[in-house]
This record gives sequence, structure tokens and C-alpha cells, in this order.
Amino acid sequence: MAEIVLENVHKAFGDFTAVRDSSFTIRDGEFFVMLGPSGCGKTTTLRMIAGLELPSSGRILLDGEDVTWKRGAERDIAFVFQLFALYPHMSVRRNISFPLRIAGLPRREVRARTEEVAKLLRIEHLLDKGVGGLAAGDRQRVALGRAIVRRAKAFLMDEPLGALDAEFRDVMCEELRVLHNRIGATTVYVTHDQVEAMSMADRICVMNHAEVLQIGSPGEVYDRPATKFVAGFVGSPSMNFLAARGGLPAGARAIRVNGSEIAIPETRAPLDAAEAFLGARPEHIRIADEGALRGRVFGVEYMGARQLVTVETEAGRLRVRAPNTVRVSDGETVGLDFLTERLSVFDAATDRAVPTAAGGANG
Amino acid sequence: MTDAAAPAPASGTTSATPAKSAPRRLPLKPGEASGGARFFAGLLVIGYALIAMIPLVWIFATSFKSPPDSIAYPPEVIFEPTLEGYVNLFTSRTRQTAEYIESLGPPQTWYEELVRKRNMVISGPSRFADRYWNSVVIGFGSTFLAVFLGTLAAYAFSRFKVPLKDDLMFFILSTRMMPPIAVAIPIYLMYRELGLSDTAAGMILLYTAVNLSLSVWLLKGFVDEIPREYEEAAVVDGYTRLQAFRKVILPQMRAGIAATAIFCLIFAWNEYAFALLLTSGEAQTAPPFIPIIIGEGGLDWPAVAAGTTLFLLPVVIFTVLLRNQLLRGITFGAVRK
Repeated sequence: MAEIVLENVHKAFGDFTAVRDSSFTIRDGEFFVMLGPSGCGKTTTLRMIAGLELPSSGRILLDGEDVTWKRGAERDIAFVFQLFALYPHMSVRRNISFPLRIAGLPRREVRARTEEVAKLLRIEHLLDKGVGGLAAGDRQRVALGRAIVRRAKAFLMDEPLGALDAEFRDVMCEELRVLHNRIGATTVYVTHDQVEAMSMADRICVMNHAEVLQIGSPGEVYDRPATKFVAGFVGSPSMNFLAARGGLPAGARAIRVNGSEIAIPETRAPLDAAEAFLGARPEHIRIADEGALRGRVFGVEYMGARQLVTVETEAGRLRVRAPNTVRVSDGETVGLDFLTERLSVFDAATDRAVPTAAGGANG
Repeated sequence: MTDAAAPAPASGTTSATPAKSAPRRLPLKPGEASGGARFFAGLLVIGYALIAMIPLVWIFATSFKSPPDSIAYPPEVIFEPTLEGYVNLFTSRTRQTAEYIESLGPPQTWYEELVRKRNMVISGPSRFADRYWNSVVIGFGSTFLAVFLGTLAAYAFSRFKVPLKDDLMFFILSTRMMPPIAVAIPIYLMYRELGLSDTAAGMILLYTAVNLSLSVWLLKGFVDEIPREYEEAAVVDGYTRLQAFRKVILPQMRAGIAATAIFCLIFAWNEYAFALLLTSGEAQTAPPFIPIIIGEGGLDWPAVAAGTTLFLLPVVIFTVLLRNQLLRGITFGAVRK
């Protein structure tokens, strides 16, 4: 069990900045997901916590102790790799017990703990098999077993489900979460899949271009994205952005989009830039006869109970998630109504959200 | 392979497993040849093997012929086998008059008897055993060194940020770009100055240097194939970098090391030109020695053939012992584990 603190951690590879001056705290026992597109620095951050990479500057604290310059072996942290990294020349049992044997535990205890972990992961029947012939899911479990068996202070996982089939990923997602609830160890989980992040995380840290953009619960990240990038990256289909006119004073309650006024939650700070974006999630737009904006239906996708309607407006193309009861057809002109309380406004110059009464400012 | 016919395995195994292994039951995998084509291919392979074996069989047969049989024309395919070639290989003999041989009394051993039939007596052992031992020491010694240094260098080139890495790798390769014998004269002069001429240490050093480029390049390929995650996992689990290399990476490099060792040994074992030039007395290896085994009235062909047969053995044995590793090694990880 441990709290992990990053203080101004910075990592550069030559001219390339992988992680820019990041500071955040991962709370004891929490399931912390680092989310972002590939190359955003999330894996580098994880590797620095593990000691596989040394930061160019900054400090990393593990349970209050400065471990920045300590070897991985001295940090008491377990790491699960994307490709599992099971030792191919060892059996399942030897793979799982590997960290214990290195630590020089008595043979009886190694055996007992290995079997306990195998039982927890339901792979006892595989213990004496080689790892070569295992199915991907079982390899995943063995890799997890090797991490759990040490009772390390924290688990670090680098896209551990990336190598699995889509259907199986859901199963493992759930299993991982159940396992976390049971063991309760601090877990840092890296992924580029926002669905995985949303379904598992206690808190999500969204990164892009080496920078931490937002840290918050899945709900916060989804409902009150701190930047336009976060808004677009989290949620599927992603948020609609409408070019809007900026220059709003604090306390504004509407924004001009292509000549029409659209009501927004009261802003708490002025928006000085001349241009802005209005962000609306597909489920926060309603198809109505009278709406703030009008457009022509461009396409309709059925998704079971709901349908995804693409509407071409003067301000750009919008995707609307509407119930199946609303009947629309291609080419029809419809009105669009926005759920005021759920809208976000972004400064086009900085991409940052404008704080509003709905809290669209990341606190 | 999971048994597809078995009922769903105990809880915890993925349900996808049986479905995935099912197609393996099909009689013909894609890319697999049909019966007729396989028969034809087999015939070709056997035919080629027979042709390739003719010189070997010829040498082996000659080693058991008597000197007159070995130079008979037309060649004798059926002959009375004798160990005379092997005896001649290991001994030096002098021709004596019949009276002198008579005076020696009856021969003590079977090989003395064989020699006396040709009016000769054994004057002592030949230098073949020494030469052979030199070959073993120099061949295996240089192979060990080349593979040992090559493994360390390959690991470093593969894993660490080495300044001017590409240039260094090219430089190492460039030592192969001209025939080694082109530098024979400078090396000869250098060795004479350094007192390395005609020493086992000098020959080991030379063969190691020649083999090192091959060894570094081959082994780097093998290390590159091993994902870094293995060492990283071991390091996070409590090993030092060196321990991780020894206990996790080295076992996985076995196939590559075996393949590299065979290539190095074959070169060092067979090398003729440098051995001829740089060794004469002390450190002479078998290759320059065997062809100059002189018998009566020219080369002693059965003895030469016997020497060659014995000379072939170590490489054959080494290759057979390591054949499984070699096969995996040569395919270069093209087959996924």
C-alpha cells in the first residue's frame, strides 16, 4: 500500500520532451488510470515510477520516501507489461514465483504463496505447464500473478489488455477491477482506450503531448473536460465542437454560434479570445421542431435503442444521439436543442475550458 | 496444444481456446505440400545429399586403403580394408634392410607388424597428435573468446545507447570486407615483432579477431529479437541488470549462441592460409600439416585421408550435438515462440 507523489517530473530524450514538468499524487489504494494517445508520455511516466527510466528532473516519492534515483529492485513495485514478458524458459509456477525466489524466501513459503495467488487467479491447473502454449488470457493471468505474489507496494500496468481480443478485454477489465477491490493495492494503469479507463478508474489522468491535461474521476473528466482535447478524446462518439464567437464577459449566459444565440451555463471568467468553441456531447443535443440551430439530416445510424443522427448545420457537422422514437430521414431539415447545463465552452486560443456555473472548469 | 475435444476446461480458461485450436485438426495446413510434391521434394533432397556425400565417402574409404590401392587406376571400389593409413599417420618410420628387421626379432604389436610388411620400422610417433591438439586448443579457444566477447558486445549494442553505434557496427563489419589473407604480410611482420609468431596465443587472438565481426553481428540480431520487457520485468522483480542478463537473457540466447559458435568453430578449425604462414613448429594446426604427410615416392594418400577423416570429426560431433539449437538459431526467430 502506498501513495505515489510526482513532483515536477520532467523527462527529455535528447530534443524530444516525453513528459513535461508534471506533478500529481496517486492516492493510497486507488485505481489510477493514465489515459492518452500513443506517444503522449503516459508510459514514460509509468516507467519512471517503476525505475526503468530516470527523470531528467523532478522527484518521485513512494510513501513519502524519495525513490527518484533508486533502482527498480529497491522500490518494491510490481510491473505488468503489455506483452506480459513471461520468461519463456520457465513454467507457470516458476514464472509466478520468480520474484519470491529472487528475494530468497524459504521454499515452503514460496510454494504456499504461489499456490495462493494461482488460486486467486484461477490458474492452479496450469501451474506446471510451460508458458508457451497458454492462451492470451491465461498468459495475462500469469503476468498478474507474478505481480501480485510479491505483495508489492503498488502495481504498475502498461496497457495490460492491449494484446487481448476485444471481447476478452471486457472480461479481463472486470476481473482486474474485482481483483483491485480485493487486494486494495495502489494501481497505476496506462491505456489509450478511454472505455477501459472510464470503466475501471477511480481517477483518470489525461495526457497529451507530454502534458497532464486533467486529473479527475471518470465523471468529472466526462462531464467537465478541462480542455478541448480531453473533451474530444473521452467519450464515443466524441463531443461536437461548434465554432462560436468569443469575447464574452464573466457572467455571460449565451454564446453566438453562426448568428444564433445558444444558452450556456453562466460563465465564471471572461473569455477574451475572439474565437471560441461550444462543446456539446451527442446525447446532450435534442432533435426538436424549434431549436437554437437548424440543419439538414445527413445520415442516420441505428444503434439498438438509440440512433446516431448526423446533422449538417451552417456551423459544422454535428452528431446527435437520439431515441429511436424520433423519426428522421435523410435530407430532412430539423431543429437542434441543446441541454444548457451540460455544454462546455472552450477558448480557441488556449483550448482550455471556460469555467462556468456548471463547473466546466475542472474545479 | 489444448485438446479441442475435451469438455470445457476448468474455470478460468478462456472459452476462446478450443475454438482457436480446432482448425489445426484440418488434414492440410495452408502452405503444406500435397503427398506427390512431398515425395518429389524428398527425392531431390536425398539425391543432392548423395552427391554432396561422395567426396566424404571417398576420403573415408581411402583412409582404409593400402597405399597401392589408393593410387590404383581404375579406382578400387571394393578393397581389403587396412589400418595402415592410420598407423602411418601417427608414426614416423624408416626403411631398413630385410636383414636388420630380421635381427629385431618378432614384432611386439599389431601396428609394428603392419609397418614391417613394407620393410620399415617405427622410429617414433609422428607430430600429428600434437598438431591435432593445437587445432583443438586454437579452434575451441578462439571460438569461446569470439562468442564470449561477441555476446557482451552484441548485448551492449542492442540495449545501451552507445555513441556512434551505427558507425561502430559498420566498422566491425568492414573488417570482413577484404579477404583476411590480404593483411597476411603486415600481420606476419607484427607477429614477428611481438613474439606471437608460431604461438597458440597468437593464433587464438587472430582467429578471435576475424570471427568477432561475424559473432557480434549475428548475436546482435538474436538479442534484438528478445523483447526488452524480459529484462525490465526481472529488474523490477529484484534483479540487477547483470543478473537479469545472466538469468533471463542468456538462456533465451542459447540457440543464437550455439549457431554462432558453430560458424566460428568451422572457420577457426578449417583456416589454412594463416596457419600455413604463421605457424611452423610449435603451434602448427592440422590443416597445414595434413597435406604434407609424405610417404614413399610422394604423398601418403591413405595417411592424408586418415588425417582428414579424424580432422572432420569434431566439427561433425559439435554440429550434431547442437543441431536442435542450430536449426532454431538459423531460422532467426522467424518462427514465433
